[in-house]
Order: sequence, then C-alpha cells, then structure tokens
Amino acid sequence: MYDMKALYQAKSVEDAVVLRLAHPEAQIIAGGSDVLVQMREGRRAGAELISIQTLDEIRGVSMEDDGTLRIGSLTSFSHITRDPLIQKYIRVLGEAVDQVGGPQIRNIGTIGGNTCNGVTSADSASTLHAWDAIVELTGPQGVRRQPIAEFYIKAGQVDIREGEIQTAILIPRESYENCFGHYIKYAMRNAMDIATLGTSVNVRLSADKKTVERARVAFGVAGPVPLRAAHAEALAAGQPVSLDLADRFARAVKEDINPRDSWRAAKDFRLHIAVESARRAFIESVKLAGGAL
Amino acid sequence: MEKHQIQYQTVHFNLNGKDVEKTVDVRASLTDMLRNDYHTLSVKKGCEVGECGACNVLIDGETFNSCIYLAVWAEGKRIRTLEGLMGPEGELSDIQQAFIDEAAIQCGFCTPGFIMSAVELLESGREYTDEELRKLLSGHLCRCTGYENILRAVKKTMYRRLGKEMPTA
Repeated sequence: MYDMKALYQAKSVEDAVVLRLAHPEAQIIAGGSDVLVQMREGRRAGAELISIQTLDEIRGVSMEDDGTLRIGSLTSFSHITRDPLIQKYIRVLGEAVDQVGGPQIRNIGTIGGNTCNGVTSADSASTLHAWDAIVELTGPQGVRRQPIAEFYIKAGQVDIREGEIQTAILIPRESYENCFGHYIKYAMRNAMDIATLGTSVNVRLSADKKTVERARVAFGVAGPVPLRAAHAEALAAGQPVSLDLADRFARAVKEDINPRDSWRAAKDFRLHIAVESARRAFIESVKLAGGAL
Repeated sequence: MEKHQIQYQTVHFNLNGKDVEKTVDVRASLTDMLRNDYHTLSVKKGCEVGECGACNVLIDGETFNSCIYLAVWAEGKRIRTLEGLMGPEGELSDIQQAFIDEAAIQCGFCTPGFIMSAVELLESGREYTDEELRKLLSGHLCRCTGYENILRAVKKTMYRRLGKEMPTA
C-alpha cells in the first residue's frame, strides 16, 4: 500500500485540467517510476495524486501536417526507441532513452515525466535541448508552447502553471531535417544507473558533406539544469569538417558548462569527460551525416 | 486526528487468461493486489522501488515492475505472472525447466521476475546476441548465481524454441 491521501484519475486531458484546478496541491503521476518511489521513500508520503497514466490520447508518436514530430507526453521510453518516425528523424533520442534504468523502467517511464521532474541527469533532456524541442502544455486557457530551454527554471523545477499538464514534446521540421546526432551517457554501470554526464551532439552538413552548416550540443549534469554550449556551436557553424574542428569544438564547451562536485563525480572529472564526450559525439555525428574526417 | 476516508475502486482485467474483477483500495500496488487478492505469490516483494525486478509481470505483453504500478491501472489489461506458465497437469514450462537444469536458481527469490522477462523475449521469436540478452535481463538483481547460469538457461531455451543449434563458445 502506498501512503497516499487520495487518488484522482483523469479520464481525459480536459478532465485532468479540471482536477488540477480543483486540487492544486495534488501531484501529477504519469508512469509512476519517480512519484511512487518518492512516495515509498517518504518524500511524497501522504500526498494526493492526479493520475494521467491512462490517457491514451497523449501517448504515441505522430507527424503533424507541417512536418512537426509530435511525441505524446505519456509515450514510454521503450515505445520511443521502437517508433519508426523516431528511428527515421531523430534516432539519437531513441538511443538516449534506451539507456534509462532497465527494461521494466523503460516500459513504465514516460518522456513527459522525464522532463517534468526537472532533473538535469534525465537521459532524454540533453537530446531534447540539443534538438530545440518545444514543450506543449494544456491548461485552462488552452494550449501553450514553450522552448524546452525556457521550460526548465531550476533544478527540479519546470514551468508548469496552474491547471496545466504537459501533453506533448514537439520537434519542428527545421530542427530535425538532415540532422544526425549521437548521445553519450557516462555512468558507472550500463544498466540501472544515473548519468555522471550526458552529452548530446547533432550536426547538419552541407550538400557536399564538407562543411558543418549547424552543430548543436547539450549536456545533462553539466549544470543545475540541462544546457546548451553556445560558444562551441558558434565556433563550428560554417567551418570545414575536420578532426581539428572536432577538437576545437570540444574544448569550447568549457566556456558554457558549469558542472559541480558531487558524490558521483568531481567537477574536474566532469569537465574532462564533457570535452572528450563532445569530441567523440561530434565525430560520430559527422560520420552519421555522411561526412569524412 | 483526521479520519482517513478509504477510497475503493473496482478493476476488471485478465489474469493469466481468466477475466477477473476486484474492488481494491486505490493505494494498493499491483504487487499488493496480485499477492493479497489473487495469491499469485510468484510476484515477490523485493525492493518495492522498481530496482530489483522481483515483482516483474507482463502487462499487455510488456514487462513491468508491479511494485511501482497502481492496482487500479490494471483496468482492461492482460496480466501474466509465472503461475500462468503452468501446464494443464501442473507441468513446468521449458524456460522453468531450463533454469533448473542450468542451476540458474539458488534461493529462487529473483527467479519468477527473471523468467517473466525471459518469456517476453522468447515469445518475440527473435534470435538475440549475448549482449542483447544481457541488456534485456539487466532489470533484475540476483545475489546468488552470478547471472551466467541464468543467461545460459535463457539462451538455451531461445535456441531450442528457434529450432536451432546453440553455438558453442
């Protein structure tokens, strides 16, 4: 038995909004792999829960008319990895979330929960930042869309307002077209571990594959929230593809990141693996895009 | 002290091929319901925070740690536990027998969870590499066997079901 004060089960997104307004103190629960564990640990003991777990209308991946990729917030990690649209347009996201926890956790954990808990180490977060994802929230005033970088306010806190629930993660066409990316999770173990550092890089090359048109890089655990490394991105844009560029790009990430000392790893070590992961992920992304270096 | 109002809900689902319904306390986990109301005691209470995999069951064909799944979410689902593998005369299934043959069991506490993950991958009909099998079984902790015998039991059953010779070395 969970130490739960009350459970309100939403029957639709609209119903969830009504429940949110009626019970502002209640915690939203999607898959449960965070909320139920925290409840068991006592951190959320005695809480009221609004369950959105059964809302199939916000589950699954689809393509909108304008080419925007829509990932329903309740889509589980394993379904994202297996989805043909994800594999075709943003394969690295499927690869990143395939490194969350273990198989059972990937069946229950949702992309919405992974972003709404505001944790910097979330395996989906760095890739979603690196691909300029848009967060869709539905509330009493209707639908609100927000770039993911603005969605994260501080560690453990995201911009979900009164009455709102997150209903989708959107990847605009401009953001994924001709882009190829690679994610590196640095952790102590291959399964059931939290990232010491997560690095997600993606590039778009010119038609002749000789020039980097755009390179993007985002990190998890390099600061209190997932963050982009703008200096490195600016340095690589428009430059000819080369191993030297990979090195310079990787060194430049230090301009923007600010990892901390924690029991998991020291700041200096995180800085070191950030540079090395950025270099490797950049090289891999260029290769995936058809470039030679 | 404020008196707590217990909230109940009736859940309809299919357990090991049989349609069932139960009125449960909404605070119950699926593990609680399966153990207390259906006596499917293969579903173990281990860590109860989704780390050890001892409570693993199949829900609509996918593996879930039932300790971090609310009982009321079972509505309309098809749930399978180790008990559902038993033959009409109480026979063991091939994968259970393989665990015995390979000494993949010592204390047995992790075994039902492991076997339900094995069932999912065996029923996919695919041939997995050792590396893939290790990853697919990585959501379970075993403190006795050192995992090698478990991997061998699953691998042997996979090849037997595929009708193929198991590669040596």
